[in-house]
Formats: sequence, C-alpha cells, structure tokens
Amino acid sequence: MSATPSYNFAYLDEQTKRMIRRAILKAIAIPGYQVPFASREMPMPYGWGTGGVQVTAAIVGPTDVLKVIDQGADDTTNAVSIRAFFAKVANVKTTTHTGDATIIQTRHRIPEKQLQAGQTLVYQVPIPEPLRLLEPRETETRVMHALKEYGLMHVKLYEDIATHGRIATTYGYPVMVEDRYVMSPSPTPKFDNPKMHMSAALQLFGAGREMRIYAVPPFTKVVSLDFEDHPFEIQHFSEPCALCAATGVYLDEVILDDHGGHMFVCSDTDNCEDRRAAGHRGALSGEVLEAAE
Amino acid sequence: MYVAVKGGEAAIANAHALLADRRRGDRSVPALRTEQIIEQLGLAVDRCMAEGSLYDRELAALAILQSRGDLIEAIFLVRAYRTTLPRFGYSRPIDTADMLIERRISATFKDLPGGQLLGPTFDYTHRLLDPSIAQGNDVAEPLTAEADHDRAPRVTDMLGHQGLMEPDLGFNHVPQDEVGDLTREPLQYPLDRDLRLQALARGDEGFLLALGYSTQRGYARSHPFVGEIRIGEVEVELDIPELGFPVSLGRVRVTECQMVNQFKGSSKVPPQFTRGYGLVFGQSERKAMSMSLCDRALRARELGEDITAPAQDEEFVISHLDNVQSTGFVEHLKLPHYVDFQAELDMIRTMHAKHAAENSVQEAAE
Repeated sequence: MSATPSYNFAYLDEQTKRMIRRAILKAIAIPGYQVPFASREMPMPYGWGTGGVQVTAAIVGPTDVLKVIDQGADDTTNAVSIRAFFAKVANVKTTTHTGDATIIQTRHRIPEKQLQAGQTLVYQVPIPEPLRLLEPRETETRVMHALKEYGLMHVKLYEDIATHGRIATTYGYPVMVEDRYVMSPSPTPKFDNPKMHMSAALQLFGAGREMRIYAVPPFTKVVSLDFEDHPFEIQHFSEPCALCAATGVYLDEVILDDHGGHMFVCSDTDNCEDRRAAGHRGALSGEVLEAAE
Repeated sequence: MYVAVKGGEAAIANAHALLADRRRGDRSVPALRTEQIIEQLGLAVDRCMAEGSLYDRELAALAILQSRGDLIEAIFLVRAYRTTLPRFGYSRPIDTADMLIERRISATFKDLPGGQLLGPTFDYTHRLLDPSIAQGNDVAEPLTAEADHDRAPRVTDMLGHQGLMEPDLGFNHVPQDEVGDLTREPLQYPLDRDLRLQALARGDEGFLLALGYSTQRGYARSHPFVGEIRIGEVEVELDIPELGFPVSLGRVRVTECQMVNQFKGSSKVPPQFTRGYGLVFGQSERKAMSMSLCDRALRARELGEDITAPAQDEEFVISHLDNVQSTGFVEHLKLPHYVDFQAELDMIRTMHAKHAAENSVQEAAE
C-alpha cells in the first residue's frame, strides 16, 4: 500500500462502474424490477446509503451538479457527509438548489419542486423488496414477482382496514409500476408517492446491502396500491410551515419545549429557503420569535 | 429565532477531531505501533484478516489501531480497502496436506501419521490472570525441534480411502472458472457449497459460534467429531498463462477444521460419515470449528435431511452472518428518521382521535 492511496474518479474502478451501469440499464428496461448487482463495500457503512452512492458514482460525470438530501434536508449530517465524499473523490460541483442539480441523491424524500427532464433522482434504499416484511425469503418473493402474485400485499392492506379502519402504512407505501411490478418507493412518506407518477426525471434506486438496483424511467405509470372503497390518500397537515407559510408540502414537527409546544417546518429545506427569499413569512419566522423573546 | 439544524459539516469535522484525540489517548503514554499489534495482538490481527478477507498483517494492524481496537470497525476498514483492489487472477486451490504444520490435533484417533502437535494453544492453560505479563517480564525461548518433512495426510482422506467417509471430489473436480466469487457476483439463493463456504469464511465469528453451538444443543444435531484441526502455513500459487506453470506468491497461515459427522443415510445416500469444513485465515480454531459445524448443518438440502433448525436455513444464516452488513444496518437506525416518524405520529394521532370519539359516543350511550 503506498503512503497516499489514490482512487479512481468517483471512487469506484471502471469495471465496477460498467457492471453497475449494466444493472441500471436493465433496471430502466424493466421498470420496477429489482436487478441483482455485485454491490461493493463502500467507505461508508451499509445502511447509510451505499446503494445510492454506488449508483451516483456510476452515473456521475465531470459536468454534473450534485445535490444530496436526507429527510428532505441538505444539511443533515449524512447528506453533508455524502456530498463531501463526492466533492472529494469526483471533484464534482455540488448545490443545494433542486433546480440546479442534474443528479439528486436522496434518502426518505422527493423534493417539493417538480423535477425536470434531464434530472436524475437517486434513492438510497434499505430494503428493496416490498414483500420482504410479509415474506422474509428471497427465493419466495422472487417467484411471487415472477408470477405477479401480489395477493399477500393486498391482504395486508385489507387487514389494516379491518383492524384500524384505514391503511396504516404511512411510509414505504407500495406502488405498482407500469401495471407489472409492485415496488417499494424506499421509506419516503406516502405523501411523496404521487410525485413518482409520470415524473419527467429518471428515478434510480440503489440498495447496497441487499445488492439490488431498480428504476422508474421518465413518464412511467406509478400507482399506489389501494381499494375502490378505500382510495389511496396522502398526509394532510393542519397548519402551514411556521417559517415560510407553505401549505401542501411535507412538514417536520419540531419540539420547542417540554410542555408540548411544537411547530411545523418544511422538511424540504431548499424549498423553504427559496420561499423565504421570495418574501414568504410564516407565523414563527425570525421577527415574530425574536419579539416573543 | 429557530434555525434549522445547520453546520453539520463543522460538527462532523469537530467530532472526528475528538475521535482522533480519544484514539490517541493520554499523550504521556507512548503511542502504539503497528509492529506491536502484529507481534503481540496477533490473534486480533488474524480475525481482522479473516473477516476482512484480506491477508495483510500490516493493514490489519493499522485498521485495529485506527479503530481503537473495535474489531468489527477494523474489519470494515479492511473490507472497504480490499474492494478497491484489482483482481489479477484466482490462485490455485491451496493444498493443506502440504502444510508447514505448527499445530495439528485429531479427536478421532489417538495417533496418526504425522502425529499430534499441540502448538501454541490456550488449551490446558489455567485461566489465571498473570500479573507478570503486565510487568513486561521476559519470556523464555520455547523448545523447538527440526521440522518433520513427511507429509501429514488429512484424517478425512484416510477415512475416505476406507470408504467410510463420503468422497471428497476436490476442487480439481470443479473447473476453476466455475468456482463462484461472492465479492464479484451478487449472491442468489439457493447457493452452491463454494459460495456458501466463502460466505462462512468471512462471516462473523460470534454469529457462527452461536449457530454452531445451537447444532450441538439439538437444533440440527449432527453428532460431530473433530476429525482434525491443523494450523500452519501453506503456499499460494497462481497459474500464469504465459508461463504455462504455477508460480508461488508466498505463504499464508490458515486454520483448517474437518468435522466428521454421523449420517444415518437417507433416500439418496447410504449411512456413512459426512464432512463439515472450516478454513480461516490465521489462527482461529473457534471460528474454523464453528464454520465446519455450520457448513455441515447447511448441507441438509444436499443430503436430503429435514430442514428444521436455524443453522440449516441457508437464507437465514448466509443473509445475517456478515458483520459489516449487520453492523451497518443496525447502526443506521442512528440516522435521522424524522420524516418517517412524522408520518407515524400523524397516523397514531388520527387513530387516537378516532378512538376517543368512539369512546365518548359509547359513554354517552351508556
């Protein structure tokens, strides 16, 4: 080992990138189908985005502009760490602005701003198999997908309704892709599911530990599973963002004190900042809180 | 004013600086050197090489030092480095019958060709803490003797010649390009034994120990005997197509365990002894023995046995034995999950509201 190990552009060697690109191409050709790939150990732990990082490393080029979000935010520690990784090993330009990015790697959210043709959204996926928590065996679930045998999933959703009066899945809500494969959207809140449908952007999903890549090409039908009498619905928040007054966006609850005081703020920090820059003010944005102190 | 948690970058840098400080510890105590780890913590180095699946004592020692002695973290460091290395080719199968043996024991025969050699073992030591070690006392030179250059044939081969043991077809029976490589191809179940053994060889020692133990306590009991354990150095050879003959790349120290297991026969096979195989980089009998128990248990399908216990369940065992994968996914729960948690909070609140409304209606009716 030399004193200063040198790494290839975007860390992975070219053979590995070629192998991953082949898996990506196959995934695009069969929307929603999980393509096995020979996932590598990465310099960050499994479960921390190694699948997404490998997909990004395989597709990123010198002219790309990369945005990385975790829980919708650019400044969460793991997003910072992954962005710094690519800035270091690929010297790639990074941004926090959704509109400026050519590649957006994400964990658990889809940006609020509508994605455009030419953009690629790379999801970090912990458990790619939507049927896994119903059937732990890969040998079984593979056959179920091959036969398009999704009764188990519908029974699970039905049992939710029988027990709780509603479908109790709130994130990682299963979708049907192009009327063929049931797919996990990764643990994004179901609020984001409709954004996947007919998106102009390419959506790639990487699961490193589980060694699977899957894809939703642009303008692909993505339908959340439901029943005629219990149609799919997304979360609705009763109050707007306390900082930018946005409605119809996904909000995080922030605890302010130990007496139950809380506020709701945008999960998508970039969208929130854009709105505040454009002059939108929420109930608890700067001036108001300072005055209260 | 409420500020969304910013400055992750500075926080990470500061945390890493603190980590470096804690790793170094009290500056008045001399810094550990990797040679000290290689020489004096050799079994930690061995474990790191085995589960990191990279035979390099210096790098393993560096990883142990860098990880503050957290061996799973050290194994992870080694793996992440290993994966970047190009593959020049695949070596010829090592011949453990040709091993330069330092330790070799059999529990099935009192004496055997090549003899029994205890070697550097903890066995029969009394586990009494020895304060003289803490004082750094000198250690006497051990007795040595001229190496016996006779080959020490494997016990399982001797049984095999008598037809009491299932035949070992050997790797020569399988064309080399048909042996899988789990580091280059995605695992797809069911596995053949080559890939299963690869996974077991780099699997977590503790996990395999527990599973091996479970087979002894009746969960897939296979009546094992230690046919043989041998530890020593073997030559690694690589075929060079241009030369037309294999060249030696050097020696590696390995621990090999061959379990001999009773087998009452099945519809497919007559009664005979069967094998469980364990091979590990470095010196680790615990791991090699656990591996051979698990290997035998995982052969249930091949031998037509009922699959009733966790140790026989290939998907269960192989999917969960890798400590780098396991620790990553368990520890990823530390990452923020507030988006998902918000979704769950919302659902629970809705259900509570519904529950309260129904109860109040019920109370009013009563």
